[in-house]
Formats: sequence, structure tokens, C-alpha cells
Amino acid sequence: MKTLQPPRWGIRFERARNGLELRTAAVPATLQVSLHQHVGHFAEPAVSMGETVLRGQPIGTVREGALGARVHAPSSGQIRSIERLPAPGRDAAPVVIIDTDGKDTPWSGYRAHPRPLRLATGALRQAVIEAGIVGLGGAAFPAGVKLNKGGGVDTLILNGAECEPCINCDAALLQAEPAQVLLGAQIMLRILEADTCLVAIKDGMHSAAATLAEAIQALGDDRLRLVRVPPVYPVGGEAQLIQLLTGREIPAGGLPWDSGAVCQNVATAAAVARFLTTGEPLISRIVTITGNGVAAPANFAARIGTPIRELVAAAGGYVGPECTLVMGGPMMGVPLPGDNLPVTKATNCIYVAAPEEIAERGTERPCIRCGDCATTCPVNLMPQLLLQAGQHNDLDRLDELGVHDCIECGACDYVCPSRIPLTRGFAAGKQALWARARERLRAARAESRFEAREARLNRNANARNAVLEAQVAAVDNSPQAALAALLARVDPDDVAPDSGDDDTPAGQ
Amino acid sequence: MLIAAGVLAGLALATGAALWVTDRRLPQQTESPVERVNRLLPQSQCGQCGYPGCRPYAAAVVSGAADIDQCAPGGDRTVTELANLLGRTPGRVNPEFGRPAPPQVAHIDESACIGCTLCIAACPVDAIVGAAQLAHTVVRQECTGCELCVAPCPVDCIDLKPRELPRAAA
Repeated sequence: MKTLQPPRWGIRFERARNGLELRTAAVPATLQVSLHQHVGHFAEPAVSMGETVLRGQPIGTVREGALGARVHAPSSGQIRSIERLPAPGRDAAPVVIIDTDGKDTPWSGYRAHPRPLRLATGALRQAVIEAGIVGLGGAAFPAGVKLNKGGGVDTLILNGAECEPCINCDAALLQAEPAQVLLGAQIMLRILEADTCLVAIKDGMHSAAATLAEAIQALGDDRLRLVRVPPVYPVGGEAQLIQLLTGREIPAGGLPWDSGAVCQNVATAAAVARFLTTGEPLISRIVTITGNGVAAPANFAARIGTPIRELVAAAGGYVGPECTLVMGGPMMGVPLPGDNLPVTKATNCIYVAAPEEIAERGTERPCIRCGDCATTCPVNLMPQLLLQAGQHNDLDRLDELGVHDCIECGACDYVCPSRIPLTRGFAAGKQALWARARERLRAARAESRFEAREARLNRNANARNAVLEAQVAAVDNSPQAALAALLARVDPDDVAPDSGDDDTPAGQ
Repeated sequence: MLIAAGVLAGLALATGAALWVTDRRLPQQTESPVERVNRLLPQSQCGQCGYPGCRPYAAAVVSGAADIDQCAPGGDRTVTELANLLGRTPGRVNPEFGRPAPPQVAHIDESACIGCTLCIAACPVDAIVGAAQLAHTVVRQECTGCELCVAPCPVDCIDLKPRELPRAAA
């Protein structure tokens, strides 16, 4: 086992509460399963109201070619309705509401493979897509896409480092199901055709480390290696972890796998293994319920769609009336409007903050150019300069300073002695830059359409002129031609050339 | 005296040669000033500035015939950008040429449309589709909100609505 040197950036937190108990949450009477739990397009409902579904049956499917992930029924029951409701992290999403029947009858549409490693790579890849597996570290990026790189990847990194303090679901999983995680790692190695798998865990997860080391030994697969990373925030970020473990930096604007390494959460690996060995798709995950606002913090293996309210109740309930819910960790989490929202595939942690934790940040004071933010920034940005550019509304400068590389980890906010909300400004700056890029695109389109129209009008006018000119040119203006034209217009019957010498008309 | 003159002449020659080489070697500013001004304009082709489109206005700005404060759809931001580019005094949009408005798109009330095709002819970006005697409609993605279709409509069935901002990426 290797322990890495701490990086120069980041924040070293006091060791967080270690090893919360893992409990299984009861299947609630009503599940609210969002069809948009992942990055990409929302899934199309594959069931209708009143229909009976079984545990693991697909209820939302992805259109061919679209980015997204399948959604499955987390338990058996009847579809009450499909509505547009607020979902965690989204204003509104189509949500399938299932009244569970308490029997939890499994669906048998997916096959269980006792020896998944003997399957062909294509079948394994297909399985990851079928099971609706997304990145379970919190970003919920469809895992099938990330594993579909088709070569060029030599290292798989399993992320068990838990980016934020207080989140504990990965440690709980590693302790409970190390074999499942390692089998998932082997499957992913096979899919990626990679030859090394680094399992990253945080220094300080002693029991999880010991369990995992034992499991690796028992497996005897020397492609799997355990690495302990220092408990520095945000070391569990995908790009940061790849850089720390492989020494390869992801280029600005590049994608993580450009570095030849693919990073997946440990829970994602376990989900892949579970689907292949048991045929159970991604219908549950481990959620950490913690914070000073909850009586008995714990990890829960909960079905997707379980209302957060029920998990908080299972964790002993709120300690006071005015607690705030944050989805994700205390650093990057997003506040939730209420506890009626369901658990999604992205819900790794619900932080229940007691009123005194949501303290005033204190008055914002001017920047004193101490540079602490630049020292702590994990992507080597210079927040103090970005702040200045943002205050001057200088979008070009923001772009030049690399605001798009900001991962919005909030480390600069945390260390700023002047209590400047830096990250918020950078997020706004990114939005402004995107808006400007969109406007420019619009302008370019409008311009090209305008020019195309002008060209067309010119062409038509020229064509019309050419026709007119041709007609004018065809007219012969000579006296002979004029006489011929005149004669052609005269009716021969009117002339009566041979009737007499006088010019009197025939009628007289 | 002679030496001094020689040194100076030599310096002048050497500098001249260096300038000639750099002028040849360094990438030239290929974009014309009109093009650079045009790029800052919103391309709504609305004609509110008094010119028949954005590029003619850009040409007028560069030639000095028009002021930089005549683009209402671009708003004060465009005036500032133009001022920065051309080294003029920044200011606000001249209210004579219209008032900066939030982005808008035209909307045709199809139940009232008589299919006269007058608006189709007026649209500078071909964003209205339809045929004679058939209801017309606006291709919202392409509409620049220039209002040029409103005046020709004989039944007054076109009005402008604020443009919905694209939803934030998921």
C-alpha cells in the first residue's frame, strides 16, 4: 500500500467523524423516482399510470443516441402518476410516483451471470448501459459513456477518497462490500482494456483500508493496487485525483480520459458488479445522513426515490426545528428547498446543518492580495485576479485567466481572510461567458442568413434584369423591321388588295 | 562629423531593414476594420441605425459617416466595445435610434394571419416561413427581434415577445 505526499494546494481538514454505521433503510410506501437523475437528457417514461411494476423493471428509457441513463423501479408496486416535480438539484423533472406493495417482487428481465469476467467486452459494456449506472460520486455522469472509450486508457482509478469532509458513504461501502467493489474494478478493467487499477482511499479510513487490503490479497490480482491519499480537500475531485495518482494533468478544456486514465467511484464499480452477478440494476445507493442537525448520523442503503424526510427520521430526526438540508457535502453541496425531495442516483450525502452552522460569513472586506486563494486553488488559478476581472466585468480577461477551469470547489472562499464569496462570482462569470458565446453564435447565424438572403435577392434581381434585357435586345429597331411588324399586325382581309384601285373599304 | 553622419545613416538603414523584415514576416492584421466593427454588432439587421443592415452601419462607422452610438439592440455594451476598439469616448445609445430592449422574438398570431406573405418579404434573416393564403410562422431560433415584420402586416397579427433564455445546461 502506498501513501501519497499531500499536494501543495487544498485544505487540510481536521479528521472528520469516521466510520458511521451502515444501515438499511426501509422501503417507503411511496417512491418518487425522478427520470432525470443523470447528466444529459431525461429518460422517457416507459410505463403508464396504473401499471404494475416489479423491482428492477425499466421505467424510463433513453432515446437512441442521446446522453442519459435508464431508470428502473426501485421496488414493486403500482404507478400512481407521472408528474413534473422539483427534484434535488433541478427545478423540475418528470417524476414517476410508485405506491409500493411491500412485497418487493423482483423483475426477471435481466440475467444474472455467475462469472461475469467471462463475458465479452461488448456484453459488459452493454450491461453497464442497461443497468442505468451513472457515476455515484455525485456527478451522475452516465458510466457507460465513460467506459466506452475504446482504447487509449491504461489506468482505472477507483475513487473512494470522498472529496468532501463528512461524506462517509464510500468508506461504508468499502467496508461492507469490498469483494463487490473489486469485482467491479476487474470488470471495468476488462471493458477499458486497461492494465492497472488504483483504488484510492483517504488516509484515515483505517478499517476500510484493512478490509480492502485483505480482499485484494484474497483475490490475488496484481493489477489492483490500494493507494492512500492524504485527507486534503478537494483531493477526491476527478481531475485532482488523476493528477495526484498518475502525475498527468488534464489539459484545460480537455476531458479526464484524455490523460489516459478513467476515474470511477467505488460505488459505481460495486453497482456494475451487482448488476452482472445478480441482475439487479441501479435501484439503491448508500447515502450519508450527517450534520449537527440530525440526532444519530448514519449511512443508509436506501432505494432511489426514498423521500429524504424518511431517511432523516430513521437517523433519529432533527435536533431542532430550524435545520437546513444540504445535498452533497458542506463545501460544494447545494441547499435543498425541503425534505420531501427524493434520493437520486447523485445523492451521496445529506448534510443536515443546525442553525448555528449556517453562520453569517461575516462582512465582506476588500481583497488584500494575500494570495492564499491562489495557493490553495487545486487547479492553479489566480482567484484574486479573477475577482478583479469579474468586478470590472471584463469577460475577455476572465476567459484568459481560465475561469472555465474553475471546479467551484470553494477552497478559495474557505481560506479568504476578507470573506469574499469568490466561487459565486466565478460561477456567474462562467455563465456570462457562456451567454456571450451563445449570443455570438446567434449573431453569426443571423449574419450568414442575412448575407444569404441578400445574395439570393441580388441573384433574383439579376436574373430578372437579364430576362428583361434579353427581351429588349431581341426587339429590332430598324425601319424594315418596324414595317414588317406593322404589316404583321394588319389583318390581310381588311386590306383587300385586288378589289379595285380606290381605297374605299369593301363595305361602302 | 562624417563619422557621426555615417553612424546615423547606418542606424537608419539597419532599422529600416529590420522594420521591412518584421512587416513581411509577422502575421498581418488580415481582418479589415469594417469586419472588426461588424463583429461587435448584434447582427439583428434591424436597420434602426438608419443603415440597411449591420455591415453597412459598420462601414459607415469606420468611414466616420455614422456615430458609434446608433445601435439600439446592441445596447450600451456595444457602444463601449466599439469605443474601446476605435479609441472613441464611450457613451450610451443615442435615444434617437431607439431604446435598448431585452432580447425579443416575433410571434405571429396564426389564427389572425391571412397569409399575405408581406412579413416574409420583410424579414431580413428569412426567419418567417409560410406561403400565400396559408398561415405564416416565425422560426424562433432564427428571429433576431428586429421588428421589421410588424409594420407591413395588414392585419396587425405580429407582436414581439421577450426571448426565453435557454435553460442552463444540466
